Amino acid sequence: MIYRETGQFKTTYASDQQLFPILQDRVFVIGALAFAFVAVPFIASDYMFRAILTPFLILSLAALGLNILVGYCGQVSLGTGGFMAVGAYAAYNFAVRIPQLDLLVIFILAGLCAAAVGVVFGIPSLRIKGFYLAVATLAAQFFIDWAFARIKWFTNDIPSGSVSAPPLEILGYGIEGPQRKYLLVLAIVSLAALVARNLTRGAIGRSWMATRDMDVAAEVIGIRPLTAKLSAFAVSSFFVGISGALWAFVYLGSWEPLAFDVNRSFQLLFMVIIGGLGSILGSFLGAAFIVILPLVLNQLPAMLGIPLSTAMVSDIEFMVFGALIVFFLIVEPRGLARLWAIGKEKLRLWPFPH
Amino acid sequence: MEALRRPSTITFFVLLAIAAVMPMVLGQAKFPQWLEVALGGLLTGVLYSLVALGLVLIFKASGVFNFAQGAMVLFAALTLVRLAEKMPLALAIVLTLAVMIALAWLIERLVLRPLVNQEGIVLFMATLGVAYFLDGFGQAVWGSDIYTLHVGMPKEPKIILEGFFDGGVLVDMEDLVAAIIAAVLVAALTLFFQKTGTGRALRAVADDHQAAQSIGIPLNRIWVIVWSVAGLVALVAGIVWGSKLGVQFSLSQVALKALPVVILGGFTSIPGAIVGGLIIGLGEKLSEVYLGPFFGGGIEAWFAYVLALVFLLFRPEGLFGEKIIDRV
Repeated sequence: MIYRETGQFKTTYASDQQLFPILQDRVFVIGALAFAFVAVPFIASDYMFRAILTPFLILSLAALGLNILVGYCGQVSLGTGGFMAVGAYAAYNFAVRIPQLDLLVIFILAGLCAAAVGVVFGIPSLRIKGFYLAVATLAAQFFIDWAFARIKWFTNDIPSGSVSAPPLEILGYGIEGPQRKYLLVLAIVSLAALVARNLTRGAIGRSWMATRDMDVAAEVIGIRPLTAKLSAFAVSSFFVGISGALWAFVYLGSWEPLAFDVNRSFQLLFMVIIGGLGSILGSFLGAAFIVILPLVLNQLPAMLGIPLSTAMVSDIEFMVFGALIVFFLIVEPRGLARLWAIGKEKLRLWPFPH
Repeated sequence: MEALRRPSTITFFVLLAIAAVMPMVLGQAKFPQWLEVALGGLLTGVLYSLVALGLVLIFKASGVFNFAQGAMVLFAALTLVRLAEKMPLALAIVLTLAVMIALAWLIERLVLRPLVNQEGIVLFMATLGVAYFLDGFGQAVWGSDIYTLHVGMPKEPKIILEGFFDGGVLVDMEDLVAAIIAAVLVAALTLFFQKTGTGRALRAVADDHQAAQSIGIPLNRIWVIVWSVAGLVALVAGIVWGSKLGVQFSLSQVALKALPVVILGGFTSIPGAIVGGLIIGLGEKLSEVYLGPFFGGGIEAWFAYVLALVFLLFRPEGLFGEKIIDRV
């Protein structure tokens, strides 16, 4: 009853094509953003920022990028960790070698580097599909892992192999402390989500979805597979690269190639599957789920009074992940985002039964 | 096999042979050292093919790419090594086999049946979930230490051909025994597929699910059988790898290498799994020893995958696989 769009008449094309045509949606989203920007910095604890909110936001940006590739364009990629690493190390190299650059410029350049690498490793997608492509992207992952571990130029010849980010600063304004880092990440991720949403609503997004659904038919009606697939790889890797740079600079501070290994790629793929393929909201829901699940599993035995060793908890985490993947694939292959959409549908009728 | 006569196959093998002997031609290596490296590589390749064999079996019969094969190898090895602590080895092997059959039945019931008719990528992701689950379950139940597996494999390397070459050629006896075990296993599997009724039914299902069903072959039971046989192969691979490396978590990562093997050999070909494994093993070791120094070492991590990538661009069906026909 509250969620009906009765009375909301659109009189211009612009108002009909807006991002959130229903007033209640607009109110909810603007309210949520206002809460996230204005209220959360004051009420959340340092632990919430450091352990939950910041990693959730950064990983949801990476999941967003992966969702564009896997969910919207249908190209399976297991090399996301490698692209994050490209973004992180590119940002590091720009920051160290050209210190005059502003942080935001560094992030954008890092994203562009990752996009270039993504396009190169996306070229096999023009010939192979499905899980063959997954193996090809695994090649990208392992090669990139090796490159950042062995080629000394990337790590500025640091002997220990672990690099540290320089102190963060935007236009002279220092970014220290969990609140400022959280706000920086929130701003970047909200902007990226807006851009992604508009891309997927536009012609390019439609070409991605056409390639995903039936690539031969898409080619027949004139969508060039090269532009569709490689643009998906480019845009996806751009977002993933920026998230890698954020992960390294804002969350980790100092890192080594292991932070972006094949397990990270799997983790992101799980986020996208559980959250919902082909949905911007799904990337956020999946990221939230995967970030919160280990914390819940850590606290649960203590709360229930059953003592479990940390090794056992991590094993149970693996089991729960695996079981959930299978569960979601069987029960709701379109993920948490679909459950949210079903919830909204029910909300249209509430409190009436039909 | 007509696959062997295709020009691209012949070209590939010629190029492979040239690349393999290049270190000797360029004077970088003498024949005995090269032979040592090559033999070591070939024998490692056999171990890869053992894991790839399970992958091929499952793909042939159910069209599912079983990402969980590595986890199955680890699980089988863990179960065996922990059971063998409490009972004689032979009994432990029989019990582990029973456990793998039960696992196959559970996977068919809980994962494959609800997802029947879904596209390949969904099934692939489901096996990914199964892999994670098995990893966690195996370690939760059996513990996550490194366990040594004693099955009576010879541990000392032997020096052969001392008469021919100065100092002879070092061969790891354990790898040689593993190669013999693999050969016996492949022979047994080939006999099973060609001579028994169940083997024929499996081949029928691999050819065409619907046709097999229409002549009365019970699809679900066949899938349980196939996954059990893959479980047996995983057990053998687990024994061999576990005896060599010790049974530990990294075993399931070793199985990630089986993916390029299967791509090289062809997803549906058992001899392809063997040949692919041998090529990957040989190529890895040779490139690591002779090309590695130019790149700073560590090439082994990605050589197999990059080779598979190149293969995918020019010969996606692999050396012995069937040509992939995309029906629109």
